[in-house]
Amino acid sequence: MTPQNKTHSELAEKFNRDVERVNWHDKTLWFVREKRDKAAHQIAEWEQLREAASQIKNNVLSNLHEYLIEFEKNALNHGIYVHWASTDQEHNEIVHSIIKKHGVKHMVKSKSMLTEECGLNEYLHKQGIEVVDTDLGERIVQLANEPPSHIVLPCIHWKKEEIGELFHQHLGTPKGNADPQFLTAAARVHLRQHFLTSRVALTGVNFALAETGEIIVCTNEGNADLGVQLADVHIASMGIEKIIPKRKHLSVFLRLLARSATGQPITTYSSHFQKPREGQEMHIVLVDNGRSERLASDNFRNALKCIRCGACFNTCPVYRRSGGHSYHTAVAGPIGSILAPGFDMAKNADLPFASTLCGSCTNVCPVKIDIHDQLYKWRQVLVKNGHTTASKKTGMNVMSQVLSHPMVYRFSGAIGRWVLRMMPFMVNNKFNPWYKQREMPKASSQSFRSWYLNQRKHEQ
Amino acid sequence: MNIGLFIPCYIDQLYPQVGIATLQVLERLGLSVTYPANQTCCGQPMANSGFEHLTQGTSHNFVTNFSEFDYIVCPSGSCTLHIKDHLHDEGHPDKAFSIRKKTFELTEFLTDVIGIKKLAAHFPHKVGLHQSCHGLRGLGLTQMSELMAPPFSKPESLLNMVTGLELIELERKDECCGFGGTFCVFEEAVSVKMGQDRIADHSNHGAEYITGVDMSCLMHLEGILRRQKSKVKVIHIAEILNSVTK
Amino acid sequence: MAAVKKNQPAMIELPVLTFAGDTSIDLKAQFINTLTGIGGLVIEVNEIKEVGDYIKSTFPEPARIVNTITNLDFGLEILNFKSNPHDFSNVTVAIMHGEFGVAENGAIWLTDANMGDQALPYICEHLVLIINKNSIVPTLHEAYDKIGSSTYNLGTFLAGPSKTADIEQSLVLGAHGSKSLIVFLRS
Repeated sequence: MTPQNKTHSELAEKFNRDVERVNWHDKTLWFVREKRDKAAHQIAEWEQLREAASQIKNNVLSNLHEYLIEFEKNALNHGIYVHWASTDQEHNEIVHSIIKKHGVKHMVKSKSMLTEECGLNEYLHKQGIEVVDTDLGERIVQLANEPPSHIVLPCIHWKKEEIGELFHQHLGTPKGNADPQFLTAAARVHLRQHFLTSRVALTGVNFALAETGEIIVCTNEGNADLGVQLADVHIASMGIEKIIPKRKHLSVFLRLLARSATGQPITTYSSHFQKPREGQEMHIVLVDNGRSERLASDNFRNALKCIRCGACFNTCPVYRRSGGHSYHTAVAGPIGSILAPGFDMAKNADLPFASTLCGSCTNVCPVKIDIHDQLYKWRQVLVKNGHTTASKKTGMNVMSQVLSHPMVYRFSGAIGRWVLRMMPFMVNNKFNPWYKQREMPKASSQSFRSWYLNQRKHEQ
Repeated sequence: MNIGLFIPCYIDQLYPQVGIATLQVLERLGLSVTYPANQTCCGQPMANSGFEHLTQGTSHNFVTNFSEFDYIVCPSGSCTLHIKDHLHDEGHPDKAFSIRKKTFELTEFLTDVIGIKKLAAHFPHKVGLHQSCHGLRGLGLTQMSELMAPPFSKPESLLNMVTGLELIELERKDECCGFGGTFCVFEEAVSVKMGQDRIADHSNHGAEYITGVDMSCLMHLEGILRRQKSKVKVIHIAEILNSVTK
Repeated sequence: MAAVKKNQPAMIELPVLTFAGDTSIDLKAQFINTLTGIGGLVIEVNEIKEVGDYIKSTFPEPARIVNTITNLDFGLEILNFKSNPHDFSNVTVAIMHGEFGVAENGAIWLTDANMGDQALPYICEHLVLIINKNSIVPTLHEAYDKIGSSTYNLGTFLAGPSKTADIEQSLVLGAHGSKSLIVFLRS
């Protein structure tokens, strides 16, 4: 497991020691960004779709209370049990109580970042319940006892040889076999057994429709559907922000989701669960866990629009070169960096700084979340709340004083340049992080200002 | 039209030749340019580090120096963007607001305000254009690859007016170089890796020079290039536009 | 919930959606192209009998074939609707109608009314869907117009065989759902 007390910068530095691996991770994820671009180019109205999705989500956030009431009413009318959880702990307890009621000790789960956020697997494990993640990528990291590193491509950081070795150990596949086709087939057989013997299936929710009380779950593997259809109990966990007003709005979101995530026109399965199958119990657990609090913030509310496509991860040059585990949080990448400080400011104070504010994320986001603006705003909040080092604070104070006073600035500049020219060893050493892999800039003997004033003097 | 020349602090101190080139490019077009001698810094280094509350001094100094001009022109996309987005002066809110509207980065000033169609510049080299992020996505100097929208590029259109210059293709034409202000030291490993990858892209396509609108990006790339003992050099776009055959 | 009501910002109106797909293009061709591109097999037929012939020749005994279409008359098992989903765990081929197709993504909409048992489309090894070739709409916008406010237990857009690229982004067809999808477009 990733050490929880290391910063992004420390973990990223470690990640970068294996240059070949960083290159491979970076290239693989850039390839996914390119696939997204190709798919988006084929939709002439792509930018209008993004704008529509953004506006629909803006409306949802401004009317969330009404939509949640409407959703619950419709779901209840269809015989679905609706539960409300204020916190992650409450969510876990509710899920556990449902499972316990049915006397079940073994269940299957399809992808749900919300359950990662709530730490559901660990909680249920402590209660003696075995949870099998059925998404192939999630199963791989589960067998490896690791969290996922990407919300859509959970084991993007694993090489096929390593997966082959993992399967050899846990599934008994032949040693040295790293063929994706073969390994996937082995996983199909292995997980099939779990599908057939699990009476409880838990899924996430991609979209929840207020108008009809139905939930939509999108997968390529069919694992969510297979699990649900073979189970006696379907539990669906969702954050309260996953609400969409009307069924017709799904056309906008489903056109954007898979194209943004992986460059596919649509996932293989986009299942709309409106009523439980005959004889089955269906439960939906709606989770707050800080969302209603974030709703109040003008600066950070927009992060609730997220549809968890992962496009921001793929486009982020920093994420590609540091890997999801460097973010030490359930949801990594750019969106994770604006969500995590809301959950725990102290633990996640480093994340908004793990960015150059390049703005690429904001512009691939299908719902137009102003991610890089929020990263900037979080920096102000974190510093104001004291989540910065004393040396940084002092340094910035000094900088502000120097730069506010023209004469002090000029004097300091001249001294700095003199040191750079005359005593380079003062800065060309291991205490200067710039110098580790870069030469210092050459210092000129004359500032622009001096040159300019000299020129003007000679012209007179 | 009187123009106030805004020279970023690190250009003033470390790369005065960029300021000189900017001034000469503008003056050669017959424009009247003044450099307010008491300017210091736009405040971006503090603001981007979370210390926006410490920028009143620099903002006020900026307003004091620049409020009288019709236009303010700056050879830096990121400094220009910072002023446009974040300049506040509690004492003079109107002046600050007016300054935000009339501050331009050099290439956008030349294409949008002056509307130049030709340049007497000659730079017979293979050049790679680095799309600095703040200028690219913040100021809209070039169409970003993320958007499904018609392509354009203000810096490129100017470089196309320079005779002898061959603009190379890149594999990733607008990926960030990794400078990012204090990011370059606090996330040193990733910062350098990003810079190395940008350089490899330019080198692989035969660049002799890497140019751009932001000296900060180029300073970071130059640091890596010199450590690599590479033959590739960096040059600010103002210097290319100022390469006039005497 | 009270917190939600208290904290939500001022009302922002819903946008009016004016998206419409291009109905002038060859929708059938786009559908076939797209679905084939994502691993589906599309066959055009005039009569339902041709479906039976194809299945018989492609999936010889001892394949277990289940179908929910009553006039598919060639000695294949007709579904008993009141069964346990586990009974279908070794089904080789499942055949059912779809409601309509979507050209832009090669998807077919079907509901539990088509599936017989809801597990069938996912648990079978090979899935066969039959849709009317004139039922293809351009985009999801028209698709949701067609679905309207209908109710169902389960409705799904199904586009191609199940797949995954979780292992080093290598696309593998056949994850947990069906390993292949055959779509018959009938006149």
